[in-house]
Amino acid sequence: MSHDHGHHKETFITKYIFSLDHKMIAKQYLISGLLMGIVGVVLSLFFRMQIAWPEESFEIFKVFLGDNFAPDGVMRNDIYLALVTIHGTIMVFFVLTAGLSGTFSNLLIPLQIGARDMASGFMNMLSFWMFFISCVIMIASLFVESGPASAGWTIYPPLSALPQAIPGSGLGMTLWLASMAIFIASSLMGSLNYVVTVINLRTKGMTMTRMPLTVWAFFVTAIIGIVSFPVLFSAALLLIFDRSFGTSFFLSDIFIQGEVLHYQGGSPVLFEHLFWFLGHPEVYIVLLPALGITSEIIATNSRKPIFGYRAMIASILAIAFLSTIVWGHHMFISGMNPFLGSVFTFTTLLIAIPSAVKAFNYITTLWKGNLQLNPAMLFSIGLVSTFITGGLTGIILGDSTLDINVHDTYFVVAHFHLVMGISALYGFFAGVYHWFPKMFGRMMNKNLGYVHFWVTAVCAYGVFFPMHFIGMAGLPRRYYTNSAFPLFDELADVNVLITIFAIVGAAFQIVFFWNFFYSIFYGKKATQNPWRSNTLEWTTPVEHIHGNWPGEIPEVHRWPYDYSKPGHDEDFVTQITPMKEGEEVLHH
Amino acid sequence: MTSFLVFIILVLVGIAVWQLTKIFDLTQIGGSSDNDEIANDKDNSVNGYLMFAFVGFIYVFTIYSLYAWGDLVLGTPASEHGKDVDNLMAISMALIFFVQTITQFLLHYFAFKYRGKEGQKALYFADNNKLEAIWTIIPVIVLAGLIMYGLYTWNDIMFVDKEDEQDAIVIELYAKQFGWEARYAGDDKTLGKANVRLIEGINTLGVDLADPAAQDDKVVTELHIPKGKRVIFKMRSQDVLHSAYMPHFRAQMNCVPGMITQFSFIPTVTTADMRNDEAIIAKVDKINKIRTKNSKKIVAEGGVALDPYTFDYLLLCNKICGASHYNMQMKIVVDTPADFKAWLAEKPTLAQQWKEANAPAPAVAPAVATPAVAVDSTKVVAQVIK
Ligand code: HEM
Ligand SMILES: [Cu+2]
Ligand SMILES: [Cu+2]
Repeated sequence: MSHDHGHHKETFITKYIFSLDHKMIAKQYLISGLLMGIVGVVLSLFFRMQIAWPEESFEIFKVFLGDNFAPDGVMRNDIYLALVTIHGTIMVFFVLTAGLSGTFSNLLIPLQIGARDMASGFMNMLSFWMFFISCVIMIASLFVESGPASAGWTIYPPLSALPQAIPGSGLGMTLWLASMAIFIASSLMGSLNYVVTVINLRTKGMTMTRMPLTVWAFFVTAIIGIVSFPVLFSAALLLIFDRSFGTSFFLSDIFIQGEVLHYQGGSPVLFEHLFWFLGHPEVYIVLLPALGITSEIIATNSRKPIFGYRAMIASILAIAFLSTIVWGHHMFISGMNPFLGSVFTFTTLLIAIPSAVKAFNYITTLWKGNLQLNPAMLFSIGLVSTFITGGLTGIILGDSTLDINVHDTYFVVAHFHLVMGISALYGFFAGVYHWFPKMFGRMMNKNLGYVHFWVTAVCAYGVFFPMHFIGMAGLPRRYYTNSAFPLFDELADVNVLITIFAIVGAAFQIVFFWNFFYSIFYGKKATQNPWRSNTLEWTTPVEHIHGNWPGEIPEVHRWPYDYSKPGHDEDFVTQITPMKEGEEVLHH
Repeated sequence: MTSFLVFIILVLVGIAVWQLTKIFDLTQIGGSSDNDEIANDKDNSVNGYLMFAFVGFIYVFTIYSLYAWGDLVLGTPASEHGKDVDNLMAISMALIFFVQTITQFLLHYFAFKYRGKEGQKALYFADNNKLEAIWTIIPVIVLAGLIMYGLYTWNDIMFVDKEDEQDAIVIELYAKQFGWEARYAGDDKTLGKANVRLIEGINTLGVDLADPAAQDDKVVTELHIPKGKRVIFKMRSQDVLHSAYMPHFRAQMNCVPGMITQFSFIPTVTTADMRNDEAIIAKVDKINKIRTKNSKKIVAEGGVALDPYTFDYLLLCNKICGASHYNMQMKIVVDTPADFKAWLAEKPTLAQQWKEANAPAPAVAPAVATPAVAVDSTKVVAQVIK
């Protein structure tokens, strides 16, 4: 493939819509992901309002949910579950899998390994457009008369299989399954592309151990996706069979609404196994790219090498491997053999080790640095903070004995939001602030970035930290209201506080969106390497061109973390700088 | 009213943003160059201090939470294994607080201490095997301890001794949208076979009334259990997944259609005694104050005042199961063994009830089912008898 730029005739359609260029596809993912994010967050505000002020009438509900879902402005109880379900689905899959990975894997893999584009630009485009279709279907499901899917993002059958059990399991669930099936196909195409690109298209001198940790993270994430998403696909397929063609993979002995159904011999526990075989790796699919982004940003802005580069790679690999053998920790009390519970406790707590290594390595990277506290850096430090706070409670949830009593309570909601939701979201924001100049050739406003970070940081703790307490009080998640239990009356104030933090935190995201869209058009012009970074993407011109580099692709001579290396005048040495005579490699 | 509230919040947020950007802007006076949007020394300084303040915020918020909400957590465990669970929880929590306090401090303190300054040089420190070994090995040791303790307790809870079992009371917990029923196995300690295909009339659990083991089974809607005796629960569901959550007993197990799951424990505190527990008295008082306050509002709006709250053990559903999942509960009463006996003796057996309801027809199961369909209650269990 020769890429003398300029000889492609480009129309608006090939440039902005059906683009094959990885940089444009990255932007498409970013914008779609952000828009889906707005939907996901707004849904969460709606159901938080219901929890804080149960069964009250709200004008907003009248407007947005309408008479059907919120008669007289009071949210229906099954619609509460529908909103929770779609919120979870959108956040996990659409924002933090496709939005985060899709944006940064696409943008950075070719740029950071020195490739002209992805291995298959066409598949890449197809991957985005399938993702887009799945977004459209998921959003469309919000407008279904009988309500969107309402069985939780985990869609356990029989609830998800039987429209008699909850209205959302009718057309809403059909659309959910269709959307996710397309999503998975899209994700697999993307992942295959990433893996092939990393393996085959590295520039001269870019050995595996000279790759930035971002690329390592994207690479391993793609592998996890390829291993685990097909299993969810098969689960979804079998569920479709049970729903529409009368098979009994997951159903047995059901009596509902005065009627015995014909299903015989299936097991919902089987579905749980299949679901979580993806479901758990999924949290690392969400998290690892964020950690990769953080590694890069913390090193650059500390003006120091990332501490323990090889240990970081080893822990990514260890996490990836372990993540596929811990799924049972979601099923300690599902009715599976308690001996398996022991095994999964063991593997789960093992995963704390590479995670601890990562946290300590980040902290050590800051030590004796010269920290440039740009907004991206703040979000990266914030990520480490929430990763620690949220990760530590994993010690409790991963312990089968303790899980008995906190399983499916708000303690879990607190845990996973901090460790994967908020952490990954911070990684996302960090990435946007850091690579905005690369994507749009302009800078985002830093002061708005600071405001955005600090308010978000306080609100994130304000929302999720108190949830540990109401969880330990025994409050189950996915409850439409807690007023059916006088026991929970004393939790009402806490729930109001949480909701207020959530509303304020969400409102301040407007600052980000304003900054983002304003800067695309009117931001200060970016210089070629604004953060004085070592990696290859900053050797490309600010103006995007096909093929990324105008001439030859540069050759790589060193690892990406030679910041403040003794013997150099500048505090950074780009990867394309040849080793000086007599210069030593100082890292292992 | 609500739109007004929203409006106010939006205005406040607007003002706050404007003010905050102003503050950050003020720190910028003088500097204006190409690199306007890149952190300069002043940004580093302001945000460095804010980082340090943030760890303070985390600490203060944690302490405030403990102070304000520490009493929200479930009180004294009411089961034998509950003490072990709480003990393990306390140890894990202590460890978590310790690690959280230290690591958050280091993280934010370093962010403050090493905030960038013109001319400051970072240390080129790429790796150190000794350090990395230390923070690999310490978690390994600590986690090994926790895993061992945890698994020891888990085995204790989930694997019941044969002898223990012989002395036990067997109860079926039956879940359906959106309520619970309980079936006592009676003196033979064996639940009669059951299957949803046999559900008819008052036989809402689908018990096979032809099964000899079913003859002494009793079905109730309020769960009584005796203090000091092992209670073995066999869970069943007739429609979707549910979860039998008994938080005061630190007990939970999913109810799975088509399968029988099991959990057992020994209750240690009667309902009457628990109502005299100091922490519970305080909790009940607090809740009743809140309820009185809420009642005033409700009455003012023409509604009926809320009942005062008295403490009871509860069985909640803790697996999303449909629209009324939030209100699927059953009262649990822990009696003294004597009271329990008396209570249970008064209840009629299902067979009797069936006979009365369907007299003069013979008390045989409706002819639908073949015995092969009936679930064999020893087939799948989520807890193992050694
Ligand atoms: C504005 C910020 C957010 C708020 C206020 C929020 C709030 C909540 C709450 C309260 C629940 C539990 C509802 C219930 O169980 O009744 C929930 C569920 C969930 N959230 Fe969020 N969340 C936020 C952001 C996120 C993010 C960033 C993620 C990404 C991982 C996420 C993923 C989920 C998932 C997976 C569920 C479970 C859904 C289910 O139960 O099926 N949320 N959210
Ligand atoms: Cu998991
Ligand atoms: Cu339920």
